[in-house]
Amino acid sequence: MDFSFLDVYKDSFIHGFVTTIEVSVVALILSLILGVIIAIFRISRVKPLEWFGTAYVEFFRNTPLVIQIFFFYFGLPSLGIDLSKFMVASLGLAIYTSSFIAEAVRAGIQSVNKGQMEAARSSGLNYIQTMWHVILPQAFKIIVPPLGNQFINLVKNSSILALIAGGDIMYAADEAAVDYDVIPIYIFVAGLYLLLTIPLSLAVNFIERRWAKQGSR
Amino acid sequence: MDFQAVFTKPHLLFLLDGLLVTLEVAFLAIVFSFVFGTILGILRYTKIPVLSHLAILYIETIRNIPFLLVIFFGYFGLKQLDIDLPITTSVIVSMTIFTSSLIAEIVRSGLNSVDRGQTEAARAQGLSYIQTLWHVIMPQGFKRTIPPMVSQFVSLIKDTSLAVAISLPELTHNAQIIYNKNFNATIPLLLTIAVMYFIVNYSLSIVSRKLEKKLSY
Repeated sequence: MDFSFLDVYKDSFIHGFVTTIEVSVVALILSLILGVIIAIFRISRVKPLEWFGTAYVEFFRNTPLVIQIFFFYFGLPSLGIDLSKFMVASLGLAIYTSSFIAEAVRAGIQSVNKGQMEAARSSGLNYIQTMWHVILPQAFKIIVPPLGNQFINLVKNSSILALIAGGDIMYAADEAAVDYDVIPIYIFVAGLYLLLTIPLSLAVNFIERRWAKQGSR
Repeated sequence: MDFQAVFTKPHLLFLLDGLLVTLEVAFLAIVFSFVFGTILGILRYTKIPVLSHLAILYIETIRNIPFLLVIFFGYFGLKQLDIDLPITTSVIVSMTIFTSSLIAEIVRSGLNSVDRGQTEAARAQGLSYIQTLWHVIMPQGFKRTIPPMVSQFVSLIKDTSLAVAISLPELTHNAQIIYNKNFNATIPLLLTIAVMYFIVNYSLSIVSRKLEKKLSY
């Protein structure tokens, strides 16, 4: 196996590795915020909000991420809006992932006993206070494992940046593949991704097992 | 925005051609990854030495790397090994390799969810391990795998769009060819194909929900 491509492309791979992490973290934070908002819309009693939340989740879960990325990258410039590649990737990934996070959060919230909401509301807390202080902390344990899996997917999905020459790990591989044998490059790249995803996956398993032992509440 | 450019007869036919390729690739990949993934999942569940370890190694490696990387392996990587598959076959192979690792995990957790007493009772009745697996565990375990399995297939259909990276003439690729010639038609085209993907995937989700209701007592 000839890894001599690293002599020339080492810096590209380091830069790509950092970019992949940056995009994943930024997209994760954005998608968490969006996902929680959409989840609250979906369980809201205000019908238009509920409809919006449902339409959002169903639309983005059922259309490919590539289209969302291309929409931001190729579509918006035709309306005179130019975003940086980093922004395109973060926004595209965040919107796509938020539809899955919204579902995980909704399932978590709905798993909390209805009496909790009624008790908190009748003690005088308003809806937002109840959500924040009573419901969400209890839903947290149910939400975290699927969120962990979404984060792993996000890291893997960030490779889509290569399609818009976004300077991530996969793009560095594309660059190196022009001059060198591809198989060692792909094996090296697989290793880089595993370096990111395996620890995350172990962490998710650990948390799941630990919490299962403690009992759900 | 130029919606007219999308709705000319040749353009629509060209998009439909792409959709057919998407559906063909997705259908075959679903069938193959169902078979292969089920075998892998059972192997991991049975804990046969060596075989189940190989299954674990396969599953954990493949599901933790990006699908795009698998596509590149299956196309450029195999080419370098002088295995020259037609592009459609190459994508079907890549999709099967990737998705079966995820299906395997779904199958395993379905089988694991069957109460241990079932195995003990069946074995005590004199059924062999294989008979128990086939007649008792699998029928019960598989029912629970339907919803996650279908959402995995929805992911697969969405992921066919990543084959745009190696110019498989599927829906996203064909749309790209049209909007590369009509810059102002980019957004209308992307919206049109988004709706096409949505219709396919959402119908699949509805079928899955119906099936789930029918199978639950």
